[in-house]
Amino acid sequence: MTRLLPHPILTPVLAVIWLLLNNSFDTGQILLGLIFGWAIPVLTIHFWPEAVSIRKPIVLLRYLAVLLFDIIVANFTVARLILGNPDKLQPIFVKLPLDLTSDLAISLLANSITLTPGTLSAKLSDDQGHLLVHALNETDPDTLVATIKQRYENPLKEIFESC
Amino acid sequence: MLEYFLSFLILTGAIFTFIGSLGLVRLKDLYTRLHGPTKATTLGVGSLLIASAIYFSIYGEHISLHEILITFFLFITAPVSAHLLAKAALHLNLSSLAEIPKAEEIDQEEMHETVQTTVTEASEKNERSSDDDASPDKKGKPAKSETITEASRTPDQKQP
Repeated sequence: MTRLLPHPILTPVLAVIWLLLNNSFDTGQILLGLIFGWAIPVLTIHFWPEAVSIRKPIVLLRYLAVLLFDIIVANFTVARLILGNPDKLQPIFVKLPLDLTSDLAISLLANSITLTPGTLSAKLSDDQGHLLVHALNETDPDTLVATIKQRYENPLKEIFESC
Repeated sequence: MLEYFLSFLILTGAIFTFIGSLGLVRLKDLYTRLHGPTKATTLGVGSLLIASAIYFSIYGEHISLHEILITFFLFITAPVSAHLLAKAALHLNLSSLAEIPKAEEIDQEEMHETVQTTVTEASEKNERSSDDDASPDKKGKPAKSETITEASRTPDQKQP
């Protein structure tokens, strides 16, 4: 089973990407997409460092919804800050201690931080213990760290690392 | 009616993309400038692409959804490029409005009270600094990176 279908998630994802690239949903294209979606993971199985396992798909969906909402809010926040007086901005570097351990979860967290209001992930420490976050206008680093941990890190931890 | 909605989407997209680019001019240092393109443009380009998908699905011959793919890749790649730019800037010690961590190793500095300096971190710090001294490939680099820093700093200093 694992040899015939090494990546059960990657197969439909590749098939959907194939359909979107072709911009058509004919039966032939769906079949071709599924064949590619099956063949590519089988042929490239040795290049994948670790199998992705999503433990709680519902939490993932809720996380994506929260993220999408935050991205829209982030756009308005940053737009207001740019149009306001740039001299009044108080940019700050904040060190965020990480609880996540898997590479995928950390990169997703870093991506989410960059896409959401006023924050930008700048550097991951060598031991993967801290993430350096640049905030555009923030006076209270403690609250920022608490918000990020509660809003993004905890769901990600639940999705990828719950044992 | 639909056309009004589509025009609204396109206008919103254009405005947000413009504001994102405006941020490059108005903000003062590299790190704050990175915020404009990564955020304001995601919604800007996003709504432009949604408008495109709706328009071509209704007025075109087929359903047109490959715009979703563009949005998807944009959301994945924009933060990564911003992260790499910020990391490169940290390495070059570019001037910043925010207090920059002293060394290029963020593990070495204590900036805020949120950072809990433990004994383990302190020992790591010592290890790191001795590693840096010992590593042979760093010897040639300092002079080079200094000149790069100087060159990239001068326009920044002239601006204000």
